[in-house]
Amino acid sequence: MIDHLTVKAVRAGLQNKQFSALELTRAYLKRIHEHNPRLNAYISVNDEEALRQAQAADERIAKGDDTPVLGLPMAIKDVLSTKGLRTTAGSRMLENYVPTWDATCVANLRAAGAIFLGKTNTDEFAMGSSTENSAYGVTHNPHDESRVPGGSSGGSAVAVAANLCVVALGTDTGGSVRQPAAYCGITGLKNTYGRVSRYGLIAYGSSLDSVGVLAKNAEDAAIVNSVIAGHDPKDSTSIHSPVPNYVDEINSLKSKIQNLRIGVPKEYFIGGLQPDVENAVREGVRAFERMGAVVKEISLPTTHLGLPVYYLIATAEASSNLSRFDGVKYGLRVNGDDLIDMYGKTRQAGFGDEVKRRIMLGTYALSAGYYDAYYIRAQKVRTLIKQDFERAYQEVDIIMTPVAPTTAFKIGEKVEDPLQMYLTDVFSVTLNLAGNCGISVPCGFDQQKLPIGMQLMGPALGETQLLSAAHTYQFSTFN
Amino acid sequence: MLTPEQVNRVAHLARLTLTEDEKQRYARQLSAILDYAEQLASVDVSHVSPTATVLPVRSVVREADVVNQLLTRDEVLKNAPRSDGESFEVAAAITESS
Repeated sequence: MIDHLTVKAVRAGLQNKQFSALELTRAYLKRIHEHNPRLNAYISVNDEEALRQAQAADERIAKGDDTPVLGLPMAIKDVLSTKGLRTTAGSRMLENYVPTWDATCVANLRAAGAIFLGKTNTDEFAMGSSTENSAYGVTHNPHDESRVPGGSSGGSAVAVAANLCVVALGTDTGGSVRQPAAYCGITGLKNTYGRVSRYGLIAYGSSLDSVGVLAKNAEDAAIVNSVIAGHDPKDSTSIHSPVPNYVDEINSLKSKIQNLRIGVPKEYFIGGLQPDVENAVREGVRAFERMGAVVKEISLPTTHLGLPVYYLIATAEASSNLSRFDGVKYGLRVNGDDLIDMYGKTRQAGFGDEVKRRIMLGTYALSAGYYDAYYIRAQKVRTLIKQDFERAYQEVDIIMTPVAPTTAFKIGEKVEDPLQMYLTDVFSVTLNLAGNCGISVPCGFDQQKLPIGMQLMGPALGETQLLSAAHTYQFSTFN
Repeated sequence: MLTPEQVNRVAHLARLTLTEDEKQRYARQLSAILDYAEQLASVDVSHVSPTATVLPVRSVVREADVVNQLLTRDEVLKNAPRSDGESFEVAAAITESS
């Protein structure tokens, strides 16, 4: 019943009484218990509460109620707070943490009648590109279980790709929605900074963090995005701008690929790019050209500076954000001789290797004597990166690139060398630094049958155009 | 290469107790990452302002406080590692001898 079900198909099936939300939820829970021990996509499965939510959804449907996500079984990345449901952020620090309130995006979905199957695995505090940094074990890529699913939203990507949910929420600070979507062969929407409230998102890099959707296709992402996007008074950085009706827009914009101006930046096709990835992405660009788009090569000269800027700014913000884990208000405490000793021992025991490394790097970049040379300089180069995009969007509507230089790598392959791991983010971090939106769209497979992702980037609040372009591409490719 | 003193200083600032093994490893790994970041030193940023947020910064008049039902005390204390039911409990920060 549930193989390859889309959000749209679920809604139709529920309305036509093909199945009930309860039947659907039971089927997903059964499948999760069958496959999750092997794939480890979920940290926590929400068995009992999901069934209660399903019953409530069926009652609403019986009364004639309808929302885009009513009765929709979905998964939530475990860095988003869920009231009454354990939220670990992939960390020992929060092993027993049960939020007493919902993140705003979760609250919106809950009110609209979505069903939460469980919380998905993530690199600890979303710091990683492979989901290997989770305190709850690595998640396996369903296309080849010896390989990583990407990260940090690897659990959400696998849950969608392996039909362990219909759709999932993720978060993206430097590529954490787009890159796992690419590695797992699904669609991943990274929203413009501030489009979706960050309230209740356990903070990593606050000037970069965004909530996104991992889905089977762009239309599904559009449906869910229409529920989670919007201004939130609880997040001072959320944008005051009306939320478009993404679903209607993408269906009416279909013809607008004609004369869409697509920029292909030469700096994203460089040495180190896997040939199969380059070929598939260039073929994807040609498909748009055949549909009437106008393609031109452009230049984003600061592209290579994105990674060092990202890893200085994100870690600096993380070192500040994670100071809240002090053994006092919530989470783990390890007793010490005095307060300072308690802080040190608690953080030693609660944080994993990569989190400590990033806190150390960020603290160093912010410390007296290094602040100007590293942190402020990185913020200035960030301005140049942002300006590069602003210039580019004067001559093109969207930009198309690979999501990552390679397809999914082997589990353990990059664990010993943090810098090599960081390099997998080279094509995704620039977007977060500019605060723009992007979408990862499957565009083929490499010789080992591993999925390849194509990145469509748009200017701030360009979600409608990206979703529309991705939807048209998927519609023309798969129908 | 970061010196052991630098690593100790940063670990203290970050309130992280580290093992000897971690100190050596982080000194090596952080040095490699900082070397990589050195490429930023050659960029001319003399006339560039830093970007702390991508959002347009604007001054706003503070709105009047509105009392909302947020969390009860029990909810706030629910996840505390130690509390007496009214407040968080920690070891004494200031004692007579200090």
